[in-house]
This record gives sequence, C-alpha cells and structure tokens, in this order.
Amino acid sequence: MGEFKHETPLLDQLETGPWPSFVSDLKRQAKYRHEHQNDIEYQIPVDCVDDILGVVELSYTDGEVHWKHGGIVGVFGYGGGVIGRYCDQPEMFPNVAHFHTLRVAQPNGKYYTTDYLRKICDLWDFRGSGVMNMHGSTGDIIFLGTRTEQLEEIFYEMTHNLNQDLGGSGSNLRTPSCCLGESRCEWSCFNTQELCYQLTHEYQDELHRPAFPYKFKFKFDGCPNGCVAAIARADLSFVGTWRDEIQIDQEAVKAYIGGEFPPNGGAHAGRDWGPFDIQAEVIDRCPTGCMWMEGDKLKINDEHCNRCMHCINVMPRALKPGKDKGCSILAGAKAPILDGAQMSSMLIPFIKVEEPYDEIKEVIENIWDWWMEEGKNRERLGELMKRQGFQKLLDVTGLKAIPHHVQEPRHNPYIFWREEEVPGGFDRDINEYRKRHKR
Amino acid sequence: MAFVSSGYNPDKPMEDRITDIGNHYYGDFLPPVIKNNFGKWLWHEILEPGVLMHKAESGDEVYTIRCGTPRLASVEYVREICDIADKHCDGYVRWTTRNNVEFMVDSKDKVEPLKKDIESRKYDDGGSYKFPIGGTGAGLTNIIHTQGWIHCHTPATDASGPVKVVLDELFEEFQNMRLPAQLRISLACCLNMCGAVHCSDIAILGYHRKPPMIDDAWLDNLCEIPLAVAACPTAAIKPKKKEIISERTGEKIEVKSVEINEPRCMFCGNCYTMCASLPLADAEGDGIVLMAGGKVSNRITPPEFSKVVVAFIPNETPRWPTLAKTIRQIVEAYSKNAKKYERLGDWATRIGWEKFFEVCDLEFSHHLIDDFRDPAYYTWRQTTNFKFTKNTPTEYSAMKVE
Repeated sequence: MGEFKHETPLLDQLETGPWPSFVSDLKRQAKYRHEHQNDIEYQIPVDCVDDILGVVELSYTDGEVHWKHGGIVGVFGYGGGVIGRYCDQPEMFPNVAHFHTLRVAQPNGKYYTTDYLRKICDLWDFRGSGVMNMHGSTGDIIFLGTRTEQLEEIFYEMTHNLNQDLGGSGSNLRTPSCCLGESRCEWSCFNTQELCYQLTHEYQDELHRPAFPYKFKFKFDGCPNGCVAAIARADLSFVGTWRDEIQIDQEAVKAYIGGEFPPNGGAHAGRDWGPFDIQAEVIDRCPTGCMWMEGDKLKINDEHCNRCMHCINVMPRALKPGKDKGCSILAGAKAPILDGAQMSSMLIPFIKVEEPYDEIKEVIENIWDWWMEEGKNRERLGELMKRQGFQKLLDVTGLKAIPHHVQEPRHNPYIFWREEEVPGGFDRDINEYRKRHKR
Repeated sequence: MAFVSSGYNPDKPMEDRITDIGNHYYGDFLPPVIKNNFGKWLWHEILEPGVLMHKAESGDEVYTIRCGTPRLASVEYVREICDIADKHCDGYVRWTTRNNVEFMVDSKDKVEPLKKDIESRKYDDGGSYKFPIGGTGAGLTNIIHTQGWIHCHTPATDASGPVKVVLDELFEEFQNMRLPAQLRISLACCLNMCGAVHCSDIAILGYHRKPPMIDDAWLDNLCEIPLAVAACPTAAIKPKKKEIISERTGEKIEVKSVEINEPRCMFCGNCYTMCASLPLADAEGDGIVLMAGGKVSNRITPPEFSKVVVAFIPNETPRWPTLAKTIRQIVEAYSKNAKKYERLGDWATRIGWEKFFEVCDLEFSHHLIDDFRDPAYYTWRQTTNFKFTKNTPTEYSAMKVE
C-alpha cells in the first residue's frame, strides 16, 4: 500500500494541467487526516477521504456511480437540511458507507470573516469528512459526508457556537440566495442581501419543515445583468430595476468618446477591438433604438428604454441606473424535470423594495396559498402556472392583466370566456331559441 | 476514536435546543471598506484579468482579486484561503456565485504582494494552480457544476472531472479577456439540474440513454408503486404483477411490480428519484449532451435557453478528450466570428443555426430536432429563409437516407 489506501491511476491523471485539481486537494485532505489522527479525536473514520478517492476511482473505472438513494436522516424537528447518502459498495469502502450531506445556510453575498470560516472548518474536520462545497448550486455551504450519529452534534455546535442554521432541502423553501448587491456593485437597484436575509428569516418554518408540493426557490438579482441567474433558476425571481431616467454624466461621456476612460470597465481589454465608437457600440447596439447624439451630448428617450443595461455596462462612469429604484418580480423558473425547462415570467413589472416588505410578502403568500392548495406532488410553481394558466396566477394574486405579462398576445382566439363576462350569462332557453330557429 | 459530545443530550432533544435562527447576518462579515461604502459605489474598472477596482463616492477604492476554485474544497484548502485573507485582507474574503473566491484590499499598493502570494501557490504533485487569477470581463469564468460521482445518486457523468478537463483546455480564456463577450459554461450531471444549466452559453449535461432496469424482487418493498407510475412524464410506467423466482426460497412467487413501455422512455430518471428499484446508470448508455447559446442576462437581447448541439458524447474517463475538443471547437469558432458584445447564442441566431453547425464543424442528426410536446413546433423552420452551407443537400437524391 502506498501513501493512500487505494490506488487511483485514473484520478491521478486529473492532477496535471493548470486548473486547480480536486484530486490533489482530496489527497491533501486525506494526508492531513493521516497526519493528525493522534492529535484530533476524529469523530468519523480517519480514512474516509481515502475511501472517497477509492469510490470515485471505481466510478472512473466502471462508468457508473456508487452512491445510493438517501435514507430518511435529519435533525429533530426539521424535515430538510440533511440528505442521507450511503455507498453501494460498503465492504470495499467502509469509511464512507454512511456519508450524509448537510446544507449550511450561507451568509448573503457570501462574505466571510476568516474567524468564522476557520470555526466552520474545525467543526467539519472534527465531525465530518472535511470535504465540502464552496458552495452548492443553491448557495449553501455543503458538508459532504458524515455519519448519522454526528448530525445532532453538528447541529448543536452550529446553533450554539456559530449562530448558524441549516439550509433547505426536500419539498420546502430552499435557502434563498442573492448577488452581492449594493455591498460592492454600483448597478444594484435594491439591497439584495437585506431582502434575502429578511425573507430567509421570515420564512424559517417553510425552510425547515417541508409542507410544499415540491422545492421553492427565491433568488435576488440587483439588476437585469442577472449575476445569480434568478430568471433561470428561481420560482420567484426578484430582479432590480428602476422607473425613472438613466443618470447621465455628459463630461464622462465625452471622456469615453475621447478615449480617456476604458470602455466596458476594461472588460474587453484583451483584444484590439479598435478605438471606442459610441455610435457603433452603444447607440446602434441599443435594442430599443432610444439613444442618439446631439452635438457632443448623449440623449436617451427613457420612455422607450427597456433597461437592458448594455449602455450602462459599456460606460459605467458615464451612465447609471435611475434614482427611483425597485425590482421586478417574475415567477415560475425551473430546470427541465419534468415538462421541460422554464424561465420565470413577468408578474409585477415594478415594486418598491422597502421595509418591512409587506407588499412583497403579500405576493409570496398569495402564490404559496394557491400552490399548496392546487399543486400536485412534485409540481413546481411554473408547471402549475402552465397547467392552470397565467390568468389563474393573476386571480390568486389579485392582480390585473397588463401587456407586460406577455411577449405578444395569444395566437389563437380560444378564449375561455367566463360566464360573468358575457351579457346574459350562459343559461339560455332552447325552446325560446327554437321559436326563432326551426329544427 | 472516542465519541465526543457537543453537549447535545439525545434523551432530551428539546433541552437547550436552538432552532430557526437562519443564516448568519451578512453585515457581520463585511470588510470595513465594503461596510463604509455600502450602496455608495460610483463605478468600477477591471484593471487586468481577475483584478477589479471599485470606486466609492467617498473616494475609497476596493481592489478585488478573483481566483478560480474547484468548488469541491477541503477544509485545508479553505484554511489556506483564510491564511491568505489574514495575511493580506484583514481576515475577510468572499465567494462569487460561480465558485470563484475574491480577495479584497483597500489600497492599490496591497495588490501586487497579494497577487504574487496567490500565484506562487501550486499543488506539489501535479503542479496545478491552487488559486488561478482570472474569470472577469469578456472571457471565460469558472464553470458552475453539480456533484457527479463524488456524492450524487443519479448522475450520468462526473462533475469535477469534466469541469477540470474543460477548464484546463480553455485555461487561457479564463486568464484573458479576448472573447467577444463573457462566456458562461455550466455542468449538471443529470437532468435534475440541481445546478440549473439550461441558460448557459455552453451547457454540459449528463444524460442516460437506457430505460430503467426493474428490480422486481424488491420494488414493492422499497417503493410506492403509484408514485413511481405518477413520476413518469410520458406515462411509460404501469403497474404489473409478475412471477419471479424468490431469492430466498427458490420458489415461484407473484410480486407487485411495474412494466415500462420502453419506446416512450425519455431517460429522465424521475422514476428512479421516486423509486430506488428502477436504476438507469449504465457505462455505455450514460454520457454527455452538449447545449449552447443560452444566457440569463437581459443585456441587448432577452435571456435564452441553451439548445442541444451535440446529442451524445461518451464518458471517456479520466479526461473526456472528445468533450474538451468539441467545446474548444465551438469556442474558437465563436471567438473568431462573433462581433464585439455578441454572446454565443446571439451570434448563432444572427448567422443562423445551419451556419453555426457548419462553422463549428458539428454534425447534425435527427436527435437535434425537437419532438417533445408543444414547444417543439416553435423550433421548426417556418420560413424559406435559410443559408446554403456545405452541408445543404442541393439535390433531392442527396437528401435520401443512405
């Protein structure tokens, strides 16, 4: 036997190349555990990282995964946050035979102090495999691999010593996530971190105790650039926008034209695209054609602007979102399972984002009431919207139909007229009709 | 290995129990320069690939160095990040949505020492960087991905491996900003897409190609048959009583199980999620679907779904050479032909997808014509506008299947 418990000739080939090698990292962690087995009272087997390498090497050899479905494991009183995981070759890899995942709700914007991170690392090193994801797809810190008897211990230490709770899993509210927002971005139209934080805390019960038909995600993007992909990934997508005029600094516009400022905040600096051409790169690229030059002044007909962000992205020192900001709310995004992928559809073009967020909570809770009543097992909001129609979403949220809800009006005239909309209703007398029209 | 209690008493689980406290307050974790200028940033500039400067109304500046990470991170790796942050950044650090780590400093003179420190850190064995600097602007940023073979139970491919391979292949694009626009590559190891990849410039998607096997002897013990039946989006599963030989007694017994109408199966694996007795994984059947042309940004054009451009790439462990080569082909064609600011999908739409297949030298097959429900129709061509490409049959006989 070499330095590690299993030979990994296939994985070893992933140690070369410039990109950080997860194999090198796993080996480093395996080695660390070997070296510290006498001074750290490891609570799960010391060689568990060796066995991770072994089980992944086996998958690289036979082309199939070796983890089984989760069992029902968790912490008392919660229905989410822990995902059971067992190896299907427990004799070969006894140290990862039971290897459950915990989701740890991340701080919004994913800023950390090293003090906090080190405590997280110490806890996970001691009571788990020491292998994690920074971060999981939904945003949580993911702890990969521990045994059932450690779950309550980890939860106890997290809540008592780290002021930290678990995230969501299963048919509940998943850990909401946001872009870094106003903390370091001049384009953010609301405080994404604060709204995300407040709603996460408001809906702790929904996050920990599955009562929904399926998963439900909130994501908060500060502007239409969409850095957390809210439109693609969240059942309710909150995307920052503004309802007044783009702010223009004409002196800075001149500086861009004169080549004093690097266009695009330097984002295209790696290739010689020629000198900056405001006509070709900004005005002609504007999807609504609402910009023009008058002498050396840039003019915008804001009435026609759809706030796509292109001009602002190109000239960040000259243009800024307006001052009257808020967000759009779109609904129904999901990945392809089952009925094909969906993006969120526009529900509310503009809503102010102001504490205590009562209007936003009203929208959320109206939608949940409907979905919990009508949604089938494992039916996402977007699928319910497709099944019962956008009109039903408007009914349950008490909102009126506006052209902003559609890309274009319907292609067919098969309107489901409601009885109350048609004068005289649907109740008619066939005998009266026959007096006018013989059989 | 003695058990060490946290203080939790299993006999009295409610004693001192703390629940529903949610995530840690973000405000406690903000570096001073961020906290002081929160909501008061004026503009930013990417000084060089991976290095950003944000300017605040107060005149303050924050310099950010962005580095790729493998997402799958050991505590020792994270501790090393903490060491760097302690040494240079007063003990603060952040992660981006796309698994990059960002080190921030509050003055320009701190940038070079930080960069030098970061760049010097490599793994001893294979020599890969620990924290490659880049991932900004009109280039490739980190690939977001799912678990794959390290932890998931339904994957059709690995995640960390293919990601490493593709980022090795395109490493220069991570460290440069010379593409027409940003390029977002994402990987999901099965159709569940816990990392939703369906709106990416390039999406790498694990896919099964064989219907589930049926573990008749165990199915009724492990699964709720009605749930398994209901899980199928194409109604390919129905209940079926079957006679099998008992593993235990060797006698013929009748069991409740299911039957699968195989031609109807779309290989989504949703039944397996509901019922562990319907496994799909198969070394020959499983592999990768490559999709392209999606985005989530609203810039210039609305968000777009990715489209399937390669129906199947086998799992060629450990380094997936066909996958890496195919992606390079697409990226090179895009880089050479797209106009400034055009995302990959915008470019493909402008030149036409028939041209895209020609320029990228990709084969077209019946698998790439949508036949899944209503949206399929809207992807067929309802116009006489098309471009003649080297693949266009210009005679009827050339259209005939050989």
